Amino acid sequence: MKSIQELEEIRKRTLDRVNQRTDRTTTRIVVGMATCGIAAGARPVLLAIMEEVEKLGLSDVTVAQTGCIGLCKMEPIVEVIRPGEKKVTYVKMDADKARRIVNEHVVGGKVVDEYTLHIVQGKMLNDYKVEKE
Amino acid sequence: MAFYRSQVLICGGTGCTSSDSMKILEKFHEEVKKNNLEEEIEIVRTGCFGLCELGPVVIVYPEGAFYSRVQVSDVEEIVAEHLIKGRPVTRLLYTESVEEGRIKSLNETGFYKKQERIALRNCGVIDPENIDEYIAVDGYKALAKVLTTMTPEQVIEEVKKSGLRGRGGGGFPTGLKWEFTAKSKADQKYVLCNADEGDPGAFMDRSVLEGDPHSVLEAMAIAGYAIGANQGYIYVRAEYPIAVERLKVAIKQAREYGLLGKNIFGTGFSFDVEIRLGAGAFVCGEETALMNSIEGRRGMPNPKPPFPAQSGLWEKPTLINNVETYANVPAIIVRGADWFASKGTEKSKGTKVFALGGKITNTGLVEVPMGISLREVIYEIGGGIPNGKKFKAVQTGGPSGGCLTEEHLDTPIEYDTLTALGSMMGSGGMIVMDEDNCMVDVARFYLDFTRDESCGKCTPCRIGTKRMLEILDRIVEGKGTLEDLDKLEELGNQIKAASLCGLGQTAPNPVLSTLKHFRHEYEAHVIDKKCPAGVCQALLQYTIIEEKCKGCSLCARQCPVNAISGQVKNPYVIDQDKCIKCGACLDKCPFKAIVKK
Repeated sequence: MKSIQELEEIRKRTLDRVNQRTDRTTTRIVVGMATCGIAAGARPVLLAIMEEVEKLGLSDVTVAQTGCIGLCKMEPIVEVIRPGEKKVTYVKMDADKARRIVNEHVVGGKVVDEYTLHIVQGKMLNDYKVEKE
Repeated sequence: MAFYRSQVLICGGTGCTSSDSMKILEKFHEEVKKNNLEEEIEIVRTGCFGLCELGPVVIVYPEGAFYSRVQVSDVEEIVAEHLIKGRPVTRLLYTESVEEGRIKSLNETGFYKKQERIALRNCGVIDPENIDEYIAVDGYKALAKVLTTMTPEQVIEEVKKSGLRGRGGGGFPTGLKWEFTAKSKADQKYVLCNADEGDPGAFMDRSVLEGDPHSVLEAMAIAGYAIGANQGYIYVRAEYPIAVERLKVAIKQAREYGLLGKNIFGTGFSFDVEIRLGAGAFVCGEETALMNSIEGRRGMPNPKPPFPAQSGLWEKPTLINNVETYANVPAIIVRGADWFASKGTEKSKGTKVFALGGKITNTGLVEVPMGISLREVIYEIGGGIPNGKKFKAVQTGGPSGGCLTEEHLDTPIEYDTLTALGSMMGSGGMIVMDEDNCMVDVARFYLDFTRDESCGKCTPCRIGTKRMLEILDRIVEGKGTLEDLDKLEELGNQIKAASLCGLGQTAPNPVLSTLKHFRHEYEAHVIDKKCPAGVCQALLQYTIIEEKCKGCSLCARQCPVNAISGQVKNPYVIDQDKCIKCGACLDKCPFKAIVKK
């Protein structure tokens, strides 16, 4: 790296890939791949997504691993940001669920509601079973 | 016309008046007068706010702080804290009830909204193995700014001004450390990163290295420029294979881009980083032991002084900071010290990452502004205690810290307040315990850990922790006496005073703090020979309640040592001499006729 201009060029070139806002132009899928995610089974999830994206020939989709998203008990976590839409967080993923997300959400544009987080009595859960009080 | 700096609006509607809002009004007048604030604070009685259910309601302007269900007894605190010190009383602030139902994005949950991510700003956002993505989120911009527009002195001044303190546990002001090392004269200096995270249940540093390794490399290069060093080492434990791998990838990419190496940005400044693997000894998190380990010797601490800033690695001036401390630095440089210093409290600036674990609904990694209360972290972010159990204690600071109780829940999280209560900020492990945890057993667990990890160089730590553990073993076996408790305290204080390094100086803390806050549990073990939480095996008995037992014989068939006998359709009995307290019968009984106490 010889100059700040070079750094700035890389920044501009890559900005759209990591843009978290709705004005991004491509779709980004990230899989939480820190120790917690991997231990919960994130590797097959990432592989399934990469396979599916390749199989469907999706060219404007970035698939990336990322670090700890923070909610370790809900790992593996997959997040999808489509252009013009807010980020969607999917929890407790497996390879089959991940393929469904690529097909229905990334391609079809329809959020797979049943895999998202939800809140019951102030507690974050991934299904509607309320922990027994 | 008088100019008031603040207005207090007290609801005089029917609903609030019926719940004593007029007494609150009187009390406000009284307190404001007492503190000579009459010319600064205006107290106004208003009509109904329309939220009678939350009454009595008090609103303080200019902040617009909305206090709900205020009691007369709260007024003194609101005046002293909010009106005098400018700190809203968060426990009374009305927060919108948590959303129910489907949430599309994690960012919309209370779990995320309460957090403020600086050290973790890129974790879960960028691909840690792709340097371009780091650059896209302003990565290496701080290094560029430092190298092209700032002098080393200005860099140190900026870090000092930010108020950043060491995130590894000690809490020493980072800028001062940089300044001391910069002022040492030598032909060679080093920058070290302490990534030897060893507290049980803590994984903040691992997460930063796994999620954003470049931020640490960038900060180390900045530190190298500030103190005049051209070589850095990251000491990371081999038990973190993913972190090590990502660091390797990051170093390789940074070298390829010329962001590490010679003549960075054509400024003539050179800096490189290498990884050194630790074998997992807890004591190697102590800086002098860590440096001995890098030099190829046994990881044992040296007496201080000399401090690393004067004579560290290979007897050269050395700057050593923790992973999370470094992760804050690029953000401070890019966004400015004032921005960073505006977060947190007067003496503890910025944010802190905590690994939330134990008996808590949302286990995970959170980053919160300093000064937030334990209650907010545990209940509002952590989601409280699962399974309807009652909160008992929260352990902060790992084996060097202590346990805090229910009465401490509203304490702001700051270095000094936690230390004053007999615990510490530590590196950020936060383990929540409920009524099922035995505090004697918890203290025993931590002491067993430090006893095991003691390097043996100094006697107080090597032998003292062993003796303390023996006493605790006696207590959990029901053979302890009241004198043992005094002995534990005496020994603990001596170990703290006489040990060579931080490990020994803090090892007795879990025992001393539980003795202080949970003495009744210790007394139950030594006087009544009972473990109130039902954890300590030797003090438990499994018994069958005669009236509930239907004589089905399931338990007797389950018992691995044939300790249960009886006749079918008649109550069974457990032979206490034979019973090994495995609990198999209790799990099996369909009538809940077996109890453990």
